[in-house]
Amino acid sequence: RPAQAASLLRRSDPAGRAPGRGTAGRGPDAAAAPGSAAAPAVSEPEGDSLNDRILREPLKHSDFFNVKELFSVRSLFDARVHLGHKAGCRHRFMEPYIFGSRLDQDIIDLEQTAAHLQLALNFTAHVAYRQGIILFVGRNRQFSHLIENTARDCGEYAHTRYFKGGLLTNAPLLLGPMVRLPDLIIFLHTLNNVFEPHVAVRDAAKMNIPTVGVVDTNCNPTLITYPVPGNDDSPPSIQLFCRLFRTTINRAKEKRRQVEALYRLQGRAGARLDLGHSP
Amino acid sequence: MAAPCVFCGKAVSYRLFLGARVSLAREQGLWKAAAAEVQTGTASQILRLRHTTVVSTKKNIAALRRETYTLDFIKKQIEEFNIGKRHLANMMGEDPETFTQEDIDRAIAYLFPSGLFEKRARPIMKHPEQIFPKQRAIQWGEDGRPFHFLFYTGKPSYYSLMHEAYGKILDVEKHQNQLRAQGLFSEKTKTKDLIGSRWLIKEELEEILVEKLSDQDYAHFIRLLERLLTLQRGGAEEEFVQRFRRSITIQSKKQLIEPVRYDEQGMAFSRSEGRRKSAEAEAVVYAHGSGRVSVNGTHYLRYFPVTQDREQLMFPFHFLDRLGKHDVACTVSGGGRAAQAGAIRLAVARALCTFVTEEEVEWMRQGSLGQEFRQG
Repeated sequence: RPAQAASLLRRSDPAGRAPGRGTAGRGPDAAAAPGSAAAPAVSEPEGDSLNDRILREPLKHSDFFNVKELFSVRSLFDARVHLGHKAGCRHRFMEPYIFGSRLDQDIIDLEQTAAHLQLALNFTAHVAYRQGIILFVGRNRQFSHLIENTARDCGEYAHTRYFKGGLLTNAPLLLGPMVRLPDLIIFLHTLNNVFEPHVAVRDAAKMNIPTVGVVDTNCNPTLITYPVPGNDDSPPSIQLFCRLFRTTINRAKEKRRQVEALYRLQGRAGARLDLGHSP
Repeated sequence: MAAPCVFCGKAVSYRLFLGARVSLAREQGLWKAAAAEVQTGTASQILRLRHTTVVSTKKNIAALRRETYTLDFIKKQIEEFNIGKRHLANMMGEDPETFTQEDIDRAIAYLFPSGLFEKRARPIMKHPEQIFPKQRAIQWGEDGRPFHFLFYTGKPSYYSLMHEAYGKILDVEKHQNQLRAQGLFSEKTKTKDLIGSRWLIKEELEEILVEKLSDQDYAHFIRLLERLLTLQRGGAEEEFVQRFRRSITIQSKKQLIEPVRYDEQGMAFSRSEGRRKSAEAEAVVYAHGSGRVSVNGTHYLRYFPVTQDREQLMFPFHFLDRLGKHDVACTVSGGGRAAQAGAIRLAVARALCTFVTEEEVEWMRQGSLGQEFRQG
């Protein structure tokens, strides 16, 4: 358990880093022999190193879960993700993501959206692979039901209701003494019902919880870790985003199950585990 | 002079023994302790009488009240209850296998007779589920992941109920749209199931969900259910809505109608009782007659000299337009003049229900058939 918790706290860049960093916290013996079969005298370090390998392997690839194939610029365009609000509603910090303005309506640059979306989905997949808790947040009542269904379908959590003040910052009091906070918060709508930034954006930043958020042209993207510029008001757009998140999370969890089954089949032979690429 | 408290008498005398080497009797000890304190200046530190209070301050009294019972504790209580039930059955000489809760209640009332007026203060032996308040179990598993997908909202049961209700509304609307597209949609509203039932009150809902709700939450939920009611719904949705309705027709449906009876001469009659204040009356109303009324054997004109009382007797007949069509023979006791008249009137009204149609029974229910509980 401590190893798992420690690995979850290491918010390493999924674009791949030296695998040595992954074992930094574990001790000199593991660092000396990162992947080779350790001396089989003690079984406990053996199990830990395999577990560590399960966690480290996906970090070596830039797109381990192949989330790129789930969408394309064309599919984003068809889902009307590029449509923003009127120019008067534009937020200053969204200007880099805006392609232009047509008949006073802002158009979001889908090339940038695609890049950001790939990073966001990749990060989500890694969090789901490491069995993190993902919380879907959105306050638009039109899509509240859809978001809750999405969360339930991928076995994660949703909060599309009135957000009580200290839910994240005062969680032991509101939710229970030993509660585990979410490891990732996904915002389908960054604003609340009165067009102000959702309280959870600021609170997640305070509690060091990474966030992924769909930011429209009237939203503030600064506090969100992985912003995804896109339309958050049209049904096809939100349905697309929900489908994408659900697919990535399910795919990542499935991958984790496969890897653990493989690890159990391999037993404690100590052979090199070839985790392989995702399909 | 400060009043030292009696609890620390023992400690006080111990200290005094250390300090002044004097053994004091309990009652005199307090006075002498004060005197000794004054005299022995150097030993005053040891002689410091500390005044302790029994109730320590700053304790969260409300949290103490909300005792959390562990699952093991409840399970043990259930086992003990089952064993005790068998012992009780053996004590009463009954079969332990078929010993029901009513038998338990009767046995306890027999073994521990209590004259207390408050029924909830009397000895009870019930299943622990009914005694210990329902609590929330721990909401997450070993790995810390909560079980309910709406756990982070703070009110998972309530919001999942709202989610379910809204899902049902969407299903019904989708179904209606499909029917409309096929042209099979027909407007019909059925309101028959709503009469005689009311929505759950907020406390009942809180009890079901084991969660605290605000008034706005409750109102929102009722509005959602009423929206579901306005749509045409199928059996499943109907069942879902009925879960949150409670019937209130218990009282009015209790009006039982006496069957018609026949006496030795073959005459159809109906007998029933009525009560008003401390008067009790029993009336026998014959199906056919000429309006003769006899009370306790005497003619009603002689028994009730006051016109108002006779009007009370006549009221049921007058209401149903059957003046002079029935004979009445009644007996009455207790109460005063007007109370007896009211009692007979009630008895007559109930007896008349036998000879009268359903609609008229409904009319009479408005006024004549309710027993007046005013005790004056």
